[in-house]
Amino acid sequence: MAEMDTSSGGGHKKGPGVKKGKKMSTRVDLTPMVDLGFLLITFFIFTTTMSKPTALKLNLPADTKDPNQQNKLNDKSALTILLGKENNVFYYEGQLSPNGANFKASNFKEIRDEIMQKKNNTDTTFMVIIKPNDESNYKNVVDILDEMKITQVGRYALVDITPMEDQFVRITEGEPATAVPAAPAGKK
Amino acid sequence: MARPKIPRKSTNVDMTAMCDVAFLLLSFFILTTKPKPSTAVPIDTPSSVVTKKAPEKDLVLISLNKDNKIFLSTGDSKADKDSKQAIIESVNTNKNLGLTPTEIALLTKAPFIGVPLAQLKQQAKMSPDDMNATTLSGILVKDSTDNEMVDWLRGVKDAYAGRQVNILLKGDNVAKYPGFKYILAALKKNDLLKFQMITNPSAIPAGSVLYVGIKNGTIKSAD
Repeated sequence: MAEMDTSSGGGHKKGPGVKKGKKMSTRVDLTPMVDLGFLLITFFIFTTTMSKPTALKLNLPADTKDPNQQNKLNDKSALTILLGKENNVFYYEGQLSPNGANFKASNFKEIRDEIMQKKNNTDTTFMVIIKPNDESNYKNVVDILDEMKITQVGRYALVDITPMEDQFVRITEGEPATAVPAAPAGKK
Repeated sequence: MARPKIPRKSTNVDMTAMCDVAFLLLSFFILTTKPKPSTAVPIDTPSSVVTKKAPEKDLVLISLNKDNKIFLSTGDSKADKDSKQAIIESVNTNKNLGLTPTEIALLTKAPFIGVPLAQLKQQAKMSPDDMNATTLSGILVKDSTDNEMVDWLRGVKDAYAGRQVNILLKGDNVAKYPGFKYILAALKKNDLLKFQMITNPSAIPAGSVLYVGIKNGTIKSAD
């Protein structure tokens, strides 16, 4: 098909009277074009598969006003993770002591070990409570939810932060204590 | 002994066929990939280890951009556009907005809804090309009581009554948590308790429980 003259380069004997008009080959070397084609294919394959978004599922608990239907949590088996500004992570086990003695600071790298340690030391009632404060960003929340997947914690909940916890986070982050009103009325 | 004459064969291989194949594949990939959805609201999503692909039909997409503005859109298919119209009509009746059928049609054509309810008429007048994250102010969500997402999601619920709806949340890395919290509150208020967050795929950290579990076959996937 694409070959038009295959014998031009060979030792084709011309008749004695024919002048040697040099015949140029009409064959084009297609190798670079093939290279280019495959290069583009690779490029397209890579760029398309990379940007395919995935979906992280989250099921919300139904809001119940009836205290009997609300999930009661065993104090000891809970790990509460608090998210603050600038990717700060804080956590405490069980219930927060009023003086903040069990309130510890962590970060996104170390929190996995903390979760694993607590998970291994607790029975199946182990639960993680995630409380982002208003300064934390969406990425932090998704990262922590992702961490739940990585550590295979089945029971976790996204809960609103309490004013006291919020204050602890803010003070630890270096915000002057006076900046936080004792009973933040507008906080949710 | 006379050597048998071996005809010399050219080492040149005809590349035409290979070239054809390469370009055929190339055109196939170009044609099958979908162009990126409207980039009027650029959003940089966080990443997660889940491998489940985001659904592509019957979807309602809530976008939360870096300035904490909220936008609502649906899929591009005909069915999804019809649902979008149903959502707008439902919100129109529930909130007595007084939108004319023309305005509803124009809003359905718009790539997304991104204004407070009171300004929907203005958005209907805009050309879709002018709609982007800077020209639109986002759906009004000030606090947990002044939350127009509740009205929109009620519309979603009405439009998808009896049908499965995929609610997707696409949030930007640096979006603040309160915006996300109000969206969650609005979803809860409407009893829409299942939703999915769009993320970029990322590798599972080596040595983690999930990593080991998948390797041993005890865990199928992160989803």
